Amino acid sequence: MNRHLCSSDVDESDKFRQMSARQDSPLHRSFSELSAYQASEYRLLPFRFQRFDAERYVLTNLAGEYQLLPRNELDALVNHRLTPNCDLYDSLKAAHFLADTDSQVSLDLLAAQYRTRAARLPNFTSLHLFVVTLRCDHSCQYCQVSRVSQDRVAFDMTRETADRAIRLMLRSPSDELKVEFQGGEPLLNFDLIRHIVTEVERLIDGRTVQFVITSNLSQLNDHVLEFARRHNIFFSTSIDGPADLHDRNRPRPGSDSYARAAAGIAKIRQHIGPDSVAALMTATAESLTQPERIIDDYVRLGFTSIFLRFISPYGFAMRSAARIGYDTEAFIQFFKRGLSHIISLNQQGIPLRETYSSLLLQRILTPYPTGYVDLQSPAGAGISVLAYNFDGKVYASDEGRMLAEMNDERFCLGTVFDDYEHIISNSGLLQVIHDTMLEGTPGCCDCAFLPYCGSDPVFHYRTQGDVVAHQPTSSFCRRNMEIIRHLIMLLEDDAAAADVLRSWI
Amino acid sequence: MELSARIAPAVGPRFIARVCELSASASDEDIELRLTNPYLLRHRLLPNGVLAVPAQLSYLGVGDIIRIDQRAGDLRVIYRRTSPHNVLFTTERCNSRCVMCSQPPRAIDDSYLIDEILATIPMMAPDTQELCITGGEPTLLGPRLIEIVAAAKRHLPNTSLHMLTNGRLFKYLQFAVGIARVAHPDFMIGIPLYSDIASRHDFVVQAKGAFDETVRGLLNLARVGQRIELRFVIHRQTFSRLPQTARFITRNLPFVDQVALMGLEMTGFTKSNLEALWIDPIEYQAQLREAVDVLSQARIPVMIYNHQLCLLDKGMWPQARKSISDWKNIYMPECEPCSVRDECGGFFASATLRYSKHIAPVREPVSTTC
Repeated sequence: MNRHLCSSDVDESDKFRQMSARQDSPLHRSFSELSAYQASEYRLLPFRFQRFDAERYVLTNLAGEYQLLPRNELDALVNHRLTPNCDLYDSLKAAHFLADTDSQVSLDLLAAQYRTRAARLPNFTSLHLFVVTLRCDHSCQYCQVSRVSQDRVAFDMTRETADRAIRLMLRSPSDELKVEFQGGEPLLNFDLIRHIVTEVERLIDGRTVQFVITSNLSQLNDHVLEFARRHNIFFSTSIDGPADLHDRNRPRPGSDSYARAAAGIAKIRQHIGPDSVAALMTATAESLTQPERIIDDYVRLGFTSIFLRFISPYGFAMRSAARIGYDTEAFIQFFKRGLSHIISLNQQGIPLRETYSSLLLQRILTPYPTGYVDLQSPAGAGISVLAYNFDGKVYASDEGRMLAEMNDERFCLGTVFDDYEHIISNSGLLQVIHDTMLEGTPGCCDCAFLPYCGSDPVFHYRTQGDVVAHQPTSSFCRRNMEIIRHLIMLLEDDAAAADVLRSWI
Repeated sequence: MELSARIAPAVGPRFIARVCELSASASDEDIELRLTNPYLLRHRLLPNGVLAVPAQLSYLGVGDIIRIDQRAGDLRVIYRRTSPHNVLFTTERCNSRCVMCSQPPRAIDDSYLIDEILATIPMMAPDTQELCITGGEPTLLGPRLIEIVAAAKRHLPNTSLHMLTNGRLFKYLQFAVGIARVAHPDFMIGIPLYSDIASRHDFVVQAKGAFDETVRGLLNLARVGQRIELRFVIHRQTFSRLPQTARFITRNLPFVDQVALMGLEMTGFTKSNLEALWIDPIEYQAQLREAVDVLSQARIPVMIYNHQLCLLDKGMWPQARKSISDWKNIYMPECEPCSVRDECGGFFASATLRYSKHIAPVREPVSTTC
């Protein structure tokens, strides 16, 4: 895109072009020329900026529109030395970085975009996690909950807890609710799932509700499939990569986790529909050396999206750290390699989207909100998601209840026997959300990527001891800044990759 | 031709009449239309109540509506029952003065047109496909515009209603609210936006502050849930920022229902400003393509109006529409052997003044339904 044409050389040819245009093609004398409508001075609109790479700076406005500028043009802009009405000037004006006397409407448009971005907030909590059991047949190395063997029925959610949780859920003002069954392995308590689905459908009072079961699919049977089909239930499973890698990450008796998952995926697609099952992958140190193999396996399994996910520091992940841990830089390299491979697959006609990139791209290229709970500001904890644990305790997020498994109840908001007002207003949740909003966080408040980023108080509490992040040492910050920077670089410098990325939103 | 006409209550020296079948029990209000000498220029109301009209009007049929101005000696056909392109012409006044205006404004008091429209609407056939409210600038009618929309809803609930306006007066939220309150079941408002830069848009419409007013109008119309079509006329003064304007729309005005990218009509002010405005459409195909891609990717429907298929990259043929009103639609001699002539929208009649040097018949049999 030839936007930056305001070096001193090009200024001259710009002026010449305008002059000749006027001489070559005059309007009738009863009409005024363009110059009669143009201003000669401009004012700056609010924006943030920082170094982008060796040559360029990135600027963003309140709504998340961005521009890349070399240092000399940034200097000219800020010091009011930009040549009025040249291409760069127009580009910055259209993107609401500067304004002059021809228009007052930039703030209205920025406000409209900002409101659009925040449009989900009044809906409040739409995602509700029901941890129906902690029992599981797998012993995944990075498991974020206590692993308990299959016999311990004491770790199942009771019907009474479920009923109370449903009533709490229905207190949320959101028109669209999503019920996600978690565990352990939720299908080990399928009877309760059936009860909850039936109860929610009975009580739902006209709103829409979507059901999702996160499952390793080893317990899938025709009974479950038929029920899921009838009630339009989606499945979310884990595929860490090809069988050898997957089975090493996710051991179970018989070492056949991958085979069972693949069989389950096929059965769901056949019985319910081709889009009824999605998969997440969790990267371990071993995964980092083979992103292409993992991605190719997703294509082979017929998936159209893959989430190149960072491992969270909870539960068994912490205890196994020496084996599965990796530093942030290694993950970033893994991500970039994986993204590059996915882009080239797209160019060969294979439709595969990377989920995290897609959500960031939606924030970078459109004013529309995205629902991903772990990257919201104000933080998604509580106000986007609530987790109802098997024991009746209510947590501000999935990570919050995982923290509880490590005996830290910091993010427990109460129990299903408390009333909704207490859980939301009296539990200290709102203070945490208030304190961690990016606009008020040191470092974040000046970061150019603020409009694209979010706050994760639970992560930072666990890894740094404070809900308010210390950005210079935060792996969350490092990861997100680098991935955002990388995506913008591709959009700007790699036209072929940019075409692929744009097709994902 | 033996037809009669039913006269609506007279509005000053003018009255409107709907053409009907000749019936035996003709009342005092009927005037009989009869063919006369084709060289007769004036229309005279003959003593026995028969209106003589020239043979040029032999196409008149039952259901058509004519306006007769006895003082000026003028007869005008204001509605054709079988046409898909009927227009409610509201005023010649306008608060803009676009450099390419095809209906140059006049600052006159033509408010009689409003009452005439309100009298005409009930006479229109219920199966009228579409009506277009146009001018000049219809919003200058103020609350009377709302009356017209309400009359259309009441008498012609099955007729699609379209309105062409610069949208500037919708900066007043109450006006937008008033229009929306009518709750017309099928009403689309078409509003032009000629740049992403205020001064460039203001220049094209020759009115300072017009961009701001139009944008505020668009935001208000979106607030009240009104369907909106954005229009962009492509000419030498607008083409270079067409892709940027498309991006601006996707980022700031993504609520619009569709965007129409339009070719220049060689009439009105375009003729006065021809050298400043004319550009062979072949020269801006890259910009057009980019704009179509940007809008399509944002899932905003795009239409290309008034462009001939042979000038467009085949990838854009699905967006091309046959948009030119029948009464001003022609094809050029070179179009004779073209294999996609029937799918192509052709030209404005005024295009004989100047049109692309790259018009050439498409030879291969090719499907336009890609």
